[in-house]
Amino acid sequence: MSSLIRHHGLPMSEAMAFGLASAILFAYLPFIRVHGLPIVAYRSPPRGIIRRLDRDLGLGMRFERFRSPAEGTRRLNELLEQGRLVGLQTSAFWLPYFPPDMRFHFNAHNLIIYGREGDEYLVSDPVGETVVRIARADLEKARFAKGILAPKGLLYYATAKPTAPDWAKLGRRALARAANPMLRTPLPFVGVRGIRLLAWQVSRLADDAHARLYIGNIVRMQEEIGTGGAGFRFLYASFLQELGELTGYAPLGGLASELVEIGDRWREFALAAARMIRGRDPFDARALAARLSARGADEEKFFRALDAAQRAWAC
Amino acid sequence: MRERDVPQEGNATLAGNRKAVYAVADDGRVRLVASRGWEVEEIVTRQAIDDLARLAREARERCRAGLTSPLEFHMYHARMDVALLSQTTGVWRWRIRRHFRPQVFARLPAALRQRYADALGLSLEALGRID
Repeated sequence: MSSLIRHHGLPMSEAMAFGLASAILFAYLPFIRVHGLPIVAYRSPPRGIIRRLDRDLGLGMRFERFRSPAEGTRRLNELLEQGRLVGLQTSAFWLPYFPPDMRFHFNAHNLIIYGREGDEYLVSDPVGETVVRIARADLEKARFAKGILAPKGLLYYATAKPTAPDWAKLGRRALARAANPMLRTPLPFVGVRGIRLLAWQVSRLADDAHARLYIGNIVRMQEEIGTGGAGFRFLYASFLQELGELTGYAPLGGLASELVEIGDRWREFALAAARMIRGRDPFDARALAARLSARGADEEKFFRALDAAQRAWAC
Repeated sequence: MRERDVPQEGNATLAGNRKAVYAVADDGRVRLVASRGWEVEEIVTRQAIDDLARLAREARERCRAGLTSPLEFHMYHARMDVALLSQTTGVWRWRIRRHFRPQVFARLPAALRQRYADALGLSLEALGRID
């Protein structure tokens, strides 16, 4: 996403794009299951992230979905010929350049196509370090995968040049928008309430194979999906730091350090869980649950401080 | 996490790739650091992969014993479950489960077999075999 904005002439880091879109979140979704295991999300869905950036920066973003792969490919080619960067929603399972062990049916993997050579597309993917190529047939398969969050060939592109915004005003709004769902939600599975609900679920796990898969799934969602480690907490900390320097609003630096520490403790939870999965430590659901509810308390404290800092921010 | 604490443990699941992690540098700035992987990630990813492999292996054995059709094996082999295969093919779940019966699978019309083969990324011929 950040590279799309950079392409249109506004310097933007990945962290900045993530933070301005208020993408940090916690949501435990027991009613959406893959192989019998619930979704645990540490950020808001990509569509929302793109929408918010679009509105705040004036990117004139267009979204298009398609009925048939042929139509989707035709439109993609057309846009590329106009020299545009095109974002795509894809399924990670059908991308041949992914390491085989990382290929799961995960439909919300976003990547950017910036060119075409014959029947091959040039891909900029946050996952790989280098630029990769993908054949037309593979890309069609990945764009038109079915299932939960099916992409339906979704592509998006910007039509306007973003103007340099008032960072303080935008940043303040982004902080408010991030703190809100974490602290004040009627939904028991979102935000701090979601962390507590998950902790309660974990505390009730019996000592069996399913329980190990269940906690492994939480750790996988936290560390493997997406960027930066600790369920995007480090990424958001980087944003707070950058925003603080950009606007000169001092409290943000302290909040960033605090969030890095919270991220470290999320990683300690992951380590403890992995040791139990491997059988190096005896399985102890209550200990894991206690760690999770402590994270809930941490995040409640953090987001209250973030909210207060946002309110105190005169701009 | 400090920059020097970023794990570089060489995960097999990353297949030689590196991934980006944010960490605090010595000057106190949070920066992007390339990581060769963390053992924790490897453990949980392996666990998920192994569980899917186990389902595929068990389906293959049952198929050899004539208790299920190759379709069930190929479904797990493609890391899918019945719900996902149903959404991908548009075939109702109970029908898919019925097609796990070898006698029923043997009589499937070619068009339906083709739908399964496309969804699983296989050729028609490969769909009928297990190997």
